[in-house]
Amino acid sequence: MRGVFDIIGPIMIGPSSSHTAGAVRLGLIARRILGEEPVKVEINLHGSFARTYKGHGTDKALIAGILGFATDDERIKDALLLASEKGIIYQFKKVDLGAVHPNTAVIYLTGINGRTTRIIGASVGGGNILITNIDGYDVELTGQYPALITIHHDCPGVITKVTSILAKYAINVAFMRVSRQSRGAEALMILEVDDVLTEAVVAECQMVDELENAFCIPAI
Amino acid sequence: MNFKCIEDLVQQSELKKLPIYELILQYESEKSQMERADILSAMKKNWQVMKASAEKGIANQEKSNSGLVGGDAKKVSEYLEQGYMGKTVLKAAAYAIGISEVNAVMGKIVACPTAGSCGILPAAILAVAEQKKFTEEQILNALFTAAGIGMVIAQNASISGAEGGCQAECGSAAAMTAAALVELAGGSPEQVAQSVALALKNLLGLVCDPVAGLVEVPCVKRNGFASIYAMLAADMAMAGVQSMIPVDEVIDAMYQIGNVLPKSLRETAEAGLAASPTARRLENTLYGKTEL
Repeated sequence: MRGVFDIIGPIMIGPSSSHTAGAVRLGLIARRILGEEPVKVEINLHGSFARTYKGHGTDKALIAGILGFATDDERIKDALLLASEKGIIYQFKKVDLGAVHPNTAVIYLTGINGRTTRIIGASVGGGNILITNIDGYDVELTGQYPALITIHHDCPGVITKVTSILAKYAINVAFMRVSRQSRGAEALMILEVDDVLTEAVVAECQMVDELENAFCIPAI
Repeated sequence: MNFKCIEDLVQQSELKKLPIYELILQYESEKSQMERADILSAMKKNWQVMKASAEKGIANQEKSNSGLVGGDAKKVSEYLEQGYMGKTVLKAAAYAIGISEVNAVMGKIVACPTAGSCGILPAAILAVAEQKKFTEEQILNALFTAAGIGMVIAQNASISGAEGGCQAECGSAAAMTAAALVELAGGSPEQVAQSVALALKNLLGLVCDPVAGLVEVPCVKRNGFASIYAMLAADMAMAGVQSMIPVDEVIDAMYQIGNVLPKSLRETAEAGLAASPTARRLENTLYGKTEL
């Protein structure tokens, strides 16, 4: 049985939970993964996103998320203008990605310090999202839990090192997934957790030798 | 506290001599581990956003991104004194259309149970509250009763247009609204159940065929109509009218109908109004013929 506020709620900006609220959340998570102020945005839209994005304001919603707005922020409708005012260059393209979820977006971001990232995600209904790929790594990230993401050298013992840091801070792992491009190469790990990931936890993870990078994404 | 259907809610309410809203509040408190005061204040916040969206809606003159809707709530609200239906009913229609317009122009609304059906419940409650001078406390209580009804429908049928057609969105919203109005009028738990059956029964089979795939045509005006359905269902239940088909069987019927509705009539914009020559012409103007 759902809860009271799944039925009356959420408070949101219209018109559609999947094409607006879900799109804002995709943008938000992309901003968190980039980890710095975005200056350049390219978004490829697939399926229903490509077909109806102007009518639903999906373009505004995605940019709003990239600007860091929440799903109930009344500035969402002015997001394109606000992005331009901040000097952010954005571009939308329609693409056919084949047999993926009809509300899929591929988001390319460039940050103020030159960092780039590519995120593939879908708005899967009711404002829920699923990130399926980050920088070429297949992932499954919903944004419902705080997540620790590591880019590391694929070798024995790395997972233990990271999870023992989490254990030390009494952080419980809800879901985890490790993926790599090939054996011994660079790998990516996502740990979705039940507790707040403090800066101290992330900093300690960054000290692990085999880790190239570790960062956290709060629940959104 | 546990319940699987509306009949469970009615029985427990009568047995414990507690109103349905109280059972729902207790259930939510157990389930979410939230304090009662926090649950009440979260609902209060929802209600404040609902009221603000209604006020904004009846003044709205802005058109949606597509240009298909915007400005109708204002027309209806300026016609209140002249209509056949009386001020309260027309006011409900104006508010419902208005809230739905606010949704279409990317304003702030409360999904109830969805964004596409967000105008129905707040509109009817606001209209009757102005007429009968209900207090905010009474209104918040009624919102919990409505939520309880929506929870059962979501569990036993659907509240998604893509799954069950518009009966699942506007039908469910009207059923929730009728329950809230009966609660406000001081009706019994049995009368709440009757109103839900009456409201839902008469919106069964409603398809989701949005023009150009947008939450605009026919959704915005339909919110106005569904709000009035809910008011009639509440009045009939308060007058003592009973549905021949028990409420939980009506909900099951809605689920069955949703299952056999073709996909083309479940939010895909492939049939119905969405496939009418005018809709296709509007769609081509909006998206261009050659695009995806």
